[in-house]
Amino acid sequence: MRILRHRLFWPAAALVTLLIVNTIANPNFARVTIRDGQLYGNPITILRDSAPLMLVALGMTLVIATRGIDLSVGAIMAVSGAVALTIIDDSPNPGSVGTVVVAVIVAVLVGLVLGVWNGFLVSVIGIQPIIATLVLMLAGRGVALLITGGQITTVNSAPYKFIASGYLIILPIAFFIWVAAVLVVSMLERRTALGMLTESVGINPEASRLAGVRSRGIIWSAYIASGILAGIAGVIYASNTMAADANSAGYLIELYAILAVVLGGTSLMGGKFSIAGTVIGVMTVQALEKAILFLGVPPAQAPVFFAVVVVVVVLLQAPRVHTWGRAVGRRMGVGAKPRTDDRKEVAA
Amino acid sequence: MSATDTTTRSSAAAEPGAKGMIGTFTSRYASVLPTFAAITILIALLVGAEIYFGNFLTGRNMSALLLDNAYLMVLAVGMTFVIVTAGIDLSVGSVMAFTGIFGASLFASGVPFVIVIPVMLLSGVAIGLLIGVLVQYFNVQPFIASLAGLFLGRGLAYVVSLQSIRVEDPVLSWLGSTRFTLGDFYIAPTGVIALLTVIIGALVMHFTRFGRTVYAVGGSEQSARLMGLNVARTKVMVYVISGLCGGLAGLVLTAYTGSGYPRNGIGTELDVIAVVVIGGTLLSGGRGYVLGSMIGVFVFGTIKTIINFMGAEQSWTHIIVGALLLLFIVVQRAIVARSDRSR
Repeated sequence: MRILRHRLFWPAAALVTLLIVNTIANPNFARVTIRDGQLYGNPITILRDSAPLMLVALGMTLVIATRGIDLSVGAIMAVSGAVALTIIDDSPNPGSVGTVVVAVIVAVLVGLVLGVWNGFLVSVIGIQPIIATLVLMLAGRGVALLITGGQITTVNSAPYKFIASGYLIILPIAFFIWVAAVLVVSMLERRTALGMLTESVGINPEASRLAGVRSRGIIWSAYIASGILAGIAGVIYASNTMAADANSAGYLIELYAILAVVLGGTSLMGGKFSIAGTVIGVMTVQALEKAILFLGVPPAQAPVFFAVVVVVVVLLQAPRVHTWGRAVGRRMGVGAKPRTDDRKEVAA
Repeated sequence: MSATDTTTRSSAAAEPGAKGMIGTFTSRYASVLPTFAAITILIALLVGAEIYFGNFLTGRNMSALLLDNAYLMVLAVGMTFVIVTAGIDLSVGSVMAFTGIFGASLFASGVPFVIVIPVMLLSGVAIGLLIGVLVQYFNVQPFIASLAGLFLGRGLAYVVSLQSIRVEDPVLSWLGSTRFTLGDFYIAPTGVIALLTVIIGALVMHFTRFGRTVYAVGGSEQSARLMGLNVARTKVMVYVISGLCGGLAGLVLTAYTGSGYPRNGIGTELDVIAVVVIGGTLLSGGRGYVLGSMIGVFVFGTIKTIINFMGAEQSWTHIIVGALLLLFIVVQRAIVARSDRSR
């Protein structure tokens, strides 16, 4: 019974259920084949395609842990992708590795600068996070459109394309990128005191300030991390399409990232966060997208399913529903102990 | 960089108010100050454009300004109610798209307008009710609850149709293309609907018990509850009103464009929030005016028209609106800090 109480149990159970349903609905779903020493198949595609969302959701987890929210990640993706592709497009030899390295570094730096800007508005000026990042969300896509001159810049550059579709050993590069990002962030957060301080700021900003936590720097750094990760996500997205489309790059990704974070059990009220939970949440979102595809629903109609998922998830977290559940449990004599439920509530 | 130019110029316009030439004036009229700044900016924009282009302040141009942004104005009225209670509604754009395409498909299959129009409004109300119930009775944050509404509306719009649907209903084309002219000015029934919505919204907000409760809830939910006001009903109602406005905006937009399209209104929720904030409504709730939101819509529309006149990239619109939004939040922040200090 102890495993039931682990806070990642329900998110993981949801993901496993979804994968089983997918496999039953379409036996081809779980098939992985080896071609030329590289793995192919739906599970591999999910691992590869989840890179942008994973990076964005990782940054979002940190921001949400400080009681904030970052709506601008999609716009940052659009800007960084536009920057990278424009640099490659303008260079004399777009195929060279040097050009691509410069383009990627500049694009990620642009993400960093935008993250600094968001963090400045939130932590120094003291604007509500939703609104502070809304400014960039509105203006960012406009900036991206200006960078590309309103056109969809397409480029042809083998090394750049390699970032999203290349393979290292037997798995896609994009997979290694997000795994590395997850490892770096968890090391920083969990092997140092940073994670604990972040949680203290999220749980009670005033109390943590009185306890001597420099909340301003911690909040600022969360937005910077989110900006950098969104910048990398933009690079990968642009590499996947090889076209800087300022309107569709990262479109709605902030909402899917928030959904993934919540699915992973991190509360939007800030405080306790779980990076492993976010990884599970992103996988769930990706698997759900694939499941909807397999059911033969046009992708455009997928939001209806996501709406249902959002409603179910928030209802499961709602205190009122917990009370009902407990009442039903008691009546049926299962004897759901309120104590453990309360603990779970805090953890979730 | 003309974006930074605008910022500095408009902050110069807001300076006397924000910095406080006369301290008592600013503290006494703190709540109307942002709206006042918005009016100043609107006048500055209009006068500047007239001087620059010479043919900007024509009746035709001003009428088009109202008609082109009629749907935005309707949405802004609903959003004002929500934001004054310190909530937020992200669903308005997709509710508008859904009700628009739903109505268009009903019209196309020959259902009479006496049925279609109420159905459109009620489907907006239904989504608003869902959000309101989630917010009030299940303690879901407005952001997330209305996010569900956004997904739901957008998805349902595509369920109705993946393509745009042309409407040839006589009533709808009357709504969209009739022109009542007065000299150089003209107005279509959709514009009348938008103005009526603003007037009714303003009257409800300021002269009814419900309106006062909305302000009270936004000022302090706890105090409002202790005063015996019906907080729960009010909080559900503001989302219902916003949903109703979404349905009405769907009707206005369908009449205006003569068709329903499932991709309508993508990103409109952000425009609406920006417009409401520029109009002087405080995002922390408790302060704001429906008429201010109308001014915000005009500011937004004027910027769009000016950029059109200059033949510049339309992407400048959002950059400038973003900069304006930032300016207003900083001004609001200063006002709130000032009134906190004086307390």
